[in-house]
Amino acid sequence: MIKVFVPRDSAALAVGADEVAKAIAKEAAAKKISIQIIRNSSRGLFWLEPFVEVDTPKGRVGYGPVAVSDVKALFKAKFLEGGKHRLAQGLVEEIPYLKKQERLTFARAGITDPLSLEDYRAHGGFEGLSKALKLSGADIVKEVADSGLRGRGGAGFPAGIKWKTVLDTKADQKYVCCNADEGDSGTYADRMVMEGDPFMLIEGMAIGGIATGATKGLIYIRSEYPHAIAVMKEAIAIAEKAGWLGHNIQGTDKSFTLEVRRGAGAYICGEETSMLESLEGKRGMVRAKPPIPALEGLFGKPTIINNVLTFAAVPFIIAKGGKAYADYGMGRSRGTLPFQLAGNVKRGGLVEKAFGVTLSELINDFGGGTFTGKKARAAQVGGPLGSYVPAQQFSMPMDYETFAANGAMVGHGGIVVFDATVDMAAQARFAMEFCAIESCGKCTPCRIGSVRGVEVIDRIVAGEDREMNAIVLEDLCATMTDGSLCAMGGLTPMPVMSAFRFFPEDFGMKKQTRKAAE
Amino acid sequence: MAKTTILEFKGKRADPAPQMAIAICAKHGDRPDALIEILHDLQEELGHVPEASLPAIAKSLNLSRAEIHGVVTFYHDFHSSPQKKHVLKICAAEACQSMGARELIALAEKLTKGKKITIEKVYCLGYCASSPALMVNGAPKARVDARSLKQIVAGLT
Repeated sequence: MIKVFVPRDSAALAVGADEVAKAIAKEAAAKKISIQIIRNSSRGLFWLEPFVEVDTPKGRVGYGPVAVSDVKALFKAKFLEGGKHRLAQGLVEEIPYLKKQERLTFARAGITDPLSLEDYRAHGGFEGLSKALKLSGADIVKEVADSGLRGRGGAGFPAGIKWKTVLDTKADQKYVCCNADEGDSGTYADRMVMEGDPFMLIEGMAIGGIATGATKGLIYIRSEYPHAIAVMKEAIAIAEKAGWLGHNIQGTDKSFTLEVRRGAGAYICGEETSMLESLEGKRGMVRAKPPIPALEGLFGKPTIINNVLTFAAVPFIIAKGGKAYADYGMGRSRGTLPFQLAGNVKRGGLVEKAFGVTLSELINDFGGGTFTGKKARAAQVGGPLGSYVPAQQFSMPMDYETFAANGAMVGHGGIVVFDATVDMAAQARFAMEFCAIESCGKCTPCRIGSVRGVEVIDRIVAGEDREMNAIVLEDLCATMTDGSLCAMGGLTPMPVMSAFRFFPEDFGMKKQTRKAAE
Repeated sequence: MAKTTILEFKGKRADPAPQMAIAICAKHGDRPDALIEILHDLQEELGHVPEASLPAIAKSLNLSRAEIHGVVTFYHDFHSSPQKKHVLKICAAEACQSMGARELIALAEKLTKGKKITIEKVYCLGYCASSPALMVNGAPKARVDARSLKQIVAGLT
């Protein structure tokens, strides 16, 4: 029987993957050809979705983007034997976009059926957890520390140090919380992990629990991801049944239970302390730090909080060793980061590469430039709180330190490309507006600063006392940066000031007058 | 979960919200930390979180009514009044902006005027490589343009 793969990732569903799968099944039945349709995860080559793959003796051959209206022609072109067609992409493993990547976390993306435990195990799944069950907590934590893994949520805090703190803290109950409130525009890697390789996240969190003695885990998933919520819940039930979660995991004395919690549309709950409040059933108001959550987290107990991608990197690290992971990367940024090409880009998708790849390689070589074919003007890197990087700085290598030195941030690895038609003053205004909408309201610089920020930008654009208002904007941004309780207010000035500094002409200012004002 | 039967009271229909709220709280073990899940479940049953359900939730969870009100109003997902028959969640965040989301939202507002469609601006649906994106009654749609938007709206009757 010929195996045909049609992704079930919701980004593929959003462009008609379900309809395509149905059309293929119908056509095969009409032609009396016996096929098996497998709903795999997405390869992350989103411009090719719905991306249909066929298992041939030479390997898997891909076709995309397939529309329902293409299905008859595909059968005519003998696509089930890898036949030629204008949508044919050849052997999937040989597609340069994929071949040039270093997929450690996304090694199974597009290959396996997300909810098949056999598929997962056949591709190295649960090797890390099996090994961890035989190790001491300190040994697991040391491996994570040796890998150099840093928090993938955006802040880049070393995971090993966080885990060690929780391990060394004595308590009657400890927790592992996964922050899956992936609210940053331009990012979707967490969603892909949860929808496409849920057992990997379960494995990573279970390793975290076993390492630190935490027996309860919670995954906080944003409500905008209903598909991810459904897949994670199903995967947890499967893993429990197979003895990879729950009491006495695989017959050992180790226990770890996992629960999914839905968010409720608040961006701020991606901030870890706000997420804790939300998990406790409260308003997502940011907590002051210290105490850090590793000491006093969920319900006041020691808690590991990491992003989906951080936990997802752990099974590889434990299975292959921290050094194998640390061999990738540059400087203090070790390992790989799943970059996410988004927005106005020709070939948008997931590119997992070692740190050190440049923005230009990502946007131009992988992405193929803008979707509209116009010149790229800027890219916002690291979500709504990340800087707008002007095209002349695209040669910057992607690593935490280089970006920080240039007043930008890598964040969660999202890259949103804008073409020449973008109005950077409108983007700066939106950053302030977004902060006003999503601020939890606890601290004044964020709550009021963002509202005043919108007003000041409006005045500058309207030409009211430009020079004076430019000073007010800078001063306001400095107050927000220095005086906000968390990253929401503290980083909103990043997109605002980068837009203002690099594109003053969009605000009606001349480049030289800006200099005179400084 | 099974829908609580609507109580008949002296010929008038009694408000089902408090009963429903009590049943949902019980399903979650009356745990205050499950409040957000409880509100989600309630909204799925009734389409919104009615004011009349708040005292019942407060009593079940042993919290004050003000605390419940605070949570309901904090989160964008919860509505205190019913939405229209259809809900169109349109992404208004940066990746979609770079592909014309501002114009698409303006068009959607124009097209849905007077129709039973609630337009809700959301910030990121996670389809940023296939922008602009939206959700029609929970079903995701990406690479939406003016033409496909018109088709989508026409299909919502």
